[in-house]
Amino acid sequence: MNSYTLPRLSVRFVPVWRRHFLVWTKLAAPSVLFNLADPTIYMLGLGFGLGALLPEVGGVSYIAFLAAGIICFSTMNTATFEALYSAFSRMHVQRTWDAITNAPLALDDVVLAELVWAATKSCLSGLAILVVVYALGVVTSPLALATLAVVPLIGLCFGALGLAITALSPSYDFFSYYFTLVITPMAMLSGVFFPLEQLPVPLRIAAEVLPLAHAVELVRPLTFGALPENVLLHVTVLLAYAVVGFYAATVLLRRRLAS
Amino acid sequence: MLRVQSLRKRYGELEVVAGISLAIRRGECFGLLGPNGAGKTTTLRLCLGLIGPDAGEIELMGEPVPLRARVARRAVGVVPQMDNLDPDFTVEENLLVYGRYFGLPDATIRARLPELLEFAGLAGRAASRIQTLSGGMRRRLMLARALVNDPELVFMDEPTTGLDPQARHVIWDRLRQLLAREKTILLTTHFMEEAERLCDRIAIMDRGRFIAEGTPRELIARHIEPHVVEVHGDGLDAWSAAEGSRLASRLERSGETAFCYTTDAAPLLASLERTSGLRYLHRPASLEDVFLKLTGRELRD
Repeated sequence: MNSYTLPRLSVRFVPVWRRHFLVWTKLAAPSVLFNLADPTIYMLGLGFGLGALLPEVGGVSYIAFLAAGIICFSTMNTATFEALYSAFSRMHVQRTWDAITNAPLALDDVVLAELVWAATKSCLSGLAILVVVYALGVVTSPLALATLAVVPLIGLCFGALGLAITALSPSYDFFSYYFTLVITPMAMLSGVFFPLEQLPVPLRIAAEVLPLAHAVELVRPLTFGALPENVLLHVTVLLAYAVVGFYAATVLLRRRLAS
Repeated sequence: MLRVQSLRKRYGELEVVAGISLAIRRGECFGLLGPNGAGKTTTLRLCLGLIGPDAGEIELMGEPVPLRARVARRAVGVVPQMDNLDPDFTVEENLLVYGRYFGLPDATIRARLPELLEFAGLAGRAASRIQTLSGGMRRRLMLARALVNDPELVFMDEPTTGLDPQARHVIWDRLRQLLAREKTILLTTHFMEEAERLCDRIAIMDRGRFIAEGTPRELIARHIEPHVVEVHGDGLDAWSAAEGSRLASRLERSGETAFCYTTDAAPLLASLERTSGLRYLHRPASLEDVFLKLTGRELRD
């Protein structure tokens, strides 16, 4: 068995996805509450608190500017948490993956199910944030609903990257490195909380390669009721991270579990 | 059912499986015995196609493994050593979700549920959460889960490790029921009693190799004297030197006990009767004696 062959995609992942969904329905109440509370706290705290101190940002109120950032930041975090902590617990602690691969399913099916599930969780979270920003009156344009087409890409991208980290992780503690060294700096460099123009030029150039920056470039115009520019570029970058991350995750997990 | 030829698997310097061959026939119970680290679990994982061998051939349910292992596993059930039931689900949901992994429609699985729950002694517990089950119940549920696809061949990795005697006897009874239904079982164990009770054939494995194979009776007859006298108490050293080593065909010392192996126990027993301070137990040789003779008495951890 060669670990480097391309992932074999198959609809066999569906029963595994259904398993994750069934678990989620049992814990849905706290999960939905978290999905609603987390962005609300950010929007109210940063948006109104910090926003009161700021003049307009990029021609809009700070809270309106922040909405797109929070959509991207929260959906990134949702997919990342799912692909790190939840997937690790299914792989390593509960040994759920072992049980599944004893059935006529392959490790590739399990990894694909994890990826699609992480993206699903992102979508659930994105939906909750939209409810919050519409309810707060921060976003009014119906075009903002189109962010729901971007959110699955964010979910696939960060789900795939998270799974690659999980494949390398000896324990839960390892994930702190990923958050401290990758996720948090990326949030600061991607125009989530403030416009990229505030950054010195070298950092702005660095931001060009960060997937979160491209997600924000897609989502922010939509929340203002405008169509984003360079859609193809942004979508391609997000998809490229998803594809490369998924391939890396599959290879690393095969090496970890099936060799 | 399962045919393995010259199978090898190496992890770094260590050859965990070092050239084993076996063939399991329909309806038999084959036991893989060995101390910890002998390579039993790795052998099972290789046979299921979960890991790839370095050399050798495997054919499971007529399919080449690992190439078509996924297809072969449709007709196989697996009870792993470690509990990996879904803790968030009820008993029933565990079976339902697992059946879906085999591509079975929900209606088919639901139709099988009463029989599976009955078999596992969990009738009436369908809606119980996993956390409320005892260790024995969980193991029985793992067994029921392995049968959800009505497999021809069941792999069991140490099915009774960690269970109390009552729970162990229930598992043994269920395995006998499966054998009565013409199912085939491949089990690993380090309980000799379990192997002696259940297995038609046994392979004793150590350091990746089969060091003995046969029926339990054959192994005892071939490898060990029929009588064992275990002796312990004050004056054991003196008795062993003066009498024991002369009267027994083989005398093994393990801690404070001497194990005397012999074809005729009468002279030993007479000698022990004359010696005060020594206590002894005379019993027929068992598979455990064979196992200890072949794999040694030193600890394996």
